[in-house]
Amino acid sequence: MIEVKNILKSFENSDVLKEIETIFYRGKTNLIIGQSGSGKTVLLKCLLGLYEVDSGEIIYDGVSSKKMNSDEKLDISRQMGMVFQGSALFDSMNVLENVRFPLDMLTKIDENEKNSRAMKFIERVNLKDAINKLPSELSGGMQKRVAIARAIVMNPKYLFCDEPNSGLDPKTAIVIDQLIQEITKEYNITTIINSHDMNSVIEIGENIVFLKEGYKIWQGNNKEVLKSRNKEVEDFVYSSELLKKLRN
Amino acid sequence: MNFLHDIGKYFLMIKISFSKSCKREILYKQIFKEINDLVLDSIQIVSILSFFIGGVVSIQMALSLENPLLSKTLIGYATRESVILEFAPTFISIIMAGKVGSYITSSIGTMRVTEQIDALEVMGINSLNYLVFPKIIAMLLYPFVITISMFLGIVGGLLAISLTGVPSEAYIQGIQMDFESYHVTYSYIKTLVFSFVLATVPSFHGYYMKGGALDVGKASTQSFYWTSIIIIILNYIITQLLLA
Repeated sequence: MIEVKNILKSFENSDVLKEIETIFYRGKTNLIIGQSGSGKTVLLKCLLGLYEVDSGEIIYDGVSSKKMNSDEKLDISRQMGMVFQGSALFDSMNVLENVRFPLDMLTKIDENEKNSRAMKFIERVNLKDAINKLPSELSGGMQKRVAIARAIVMNPKYLFCDEPNSGLDPKTAIVIDQLIQEITKEYNITTIINSHDMNSVIEIGENIVFLKEGYKIWQGNNKEVLKSRNKEVEDFVYSSELLKKLRN
Repeated sequence: MNFLHDIGKYFLMIKISFSKSCKREILYKQIFKEINDLVLDSIQIVSILSFFIGGVVSIQMALSLENPLLSKTLIGYATRESVILEFAPTFISIIMAGKVGSYITSSIGTMRVTEQIDALEVMGINSLNYLVFPKIIAMLLYPFVITISMFLGIVGGLLAISLTGVPSEAYIQGIQMDFESYHVTYSYIKTLVFSFVLATVPSFHGYYMKGGALDVGKASTQSFYWTSIIIIILNYIITQLLLA
């Protein structure tokens, strides 16, 4: 579980996150949604520790970011997995090497153990037949699956996904969303997904945080978001005229 | 102010790249990969350039020394001095700023654009140590490339001068004349300093670049511009300190 307590983040006198207070639950797919420029990515980067917050605190399973020294921060960061928007796979490595990479870099286990652990997660994302392929030889959906396998190979407590289905067709996007949700349940991970895709929101949004202009405007789940009478949430969820008519 | 800020950032980058080291076996693998990409892959272009420029230098020397009162051995002597003192260490380093520098900036810059560097950081890996440190170590073999350049430059001069009718014995006598081993030492000191610049300045431009694919190209151009300028300025400073 990650608790966010009253955090504030600004860049060059421009406040990007303002008084954000929320909880991201363990074993659930937590979604951060909102329009472009609402502060989603900055919040995700603060949670990842890539940005320091100006004030407030982030509590990772009872451990406050405020009280951590650099070694403890490194320790927490090694319990995190991240799926980047563009997958961020290493171009010169094949699928197996990409998934094995965190094990090579951060563990002292022997080669056979590394391979079998990497293979376990590659099989979990259904890419057993593509282990020798380079990222350039994979489709967008396959690249995302490799990125997911790499993110969970270290058995992280926290999984972060930055728009995991951007650039994918709706059918593949749903497959990726469902895979993330299954993994979240299977390994009991605190998963936080940054998205503005309404399909994802409806499909896997167990805990949704809606941001607008740096403020948390609303929080609920995928059933509540469709019925919400909050003006900003309504404008976001029913953004097209067609959807508005269908709702009415 | 931006300029001073960037200088500070450059030195911090070097400090971080030497700290929080990755696992040894990973670094060894990276260093051997970089030796291949940065040093061994440069030998061919350096050899061709050195051979022909050495030839051109000797022909130009022969042309300038047409006076019958001047000994033909001076052609070999002047070619040797030009190649060892300036052409091999400095001129080749500027060419390397284009070849090796662009490669370093574009490869690191592409990793930045495609979030691969962020991925390393999120995993808790010191990305500067993983990406920049092996390049610095690999470039310690750069004097080997310059040695080849010196040798081929002088050999190129010999072959070119033979074709112009000047006796090759005079050229060979010239390259042995008044040999100062300190000049070679000076040349290798310069080369080592340039090798550090060639590894770090392009890495800096790639690592801290912002933007998209187009900006990778811009960063490579900037990297070549600054690496060349720094090499030329350091060349002057080192020469002033060691030879003046």
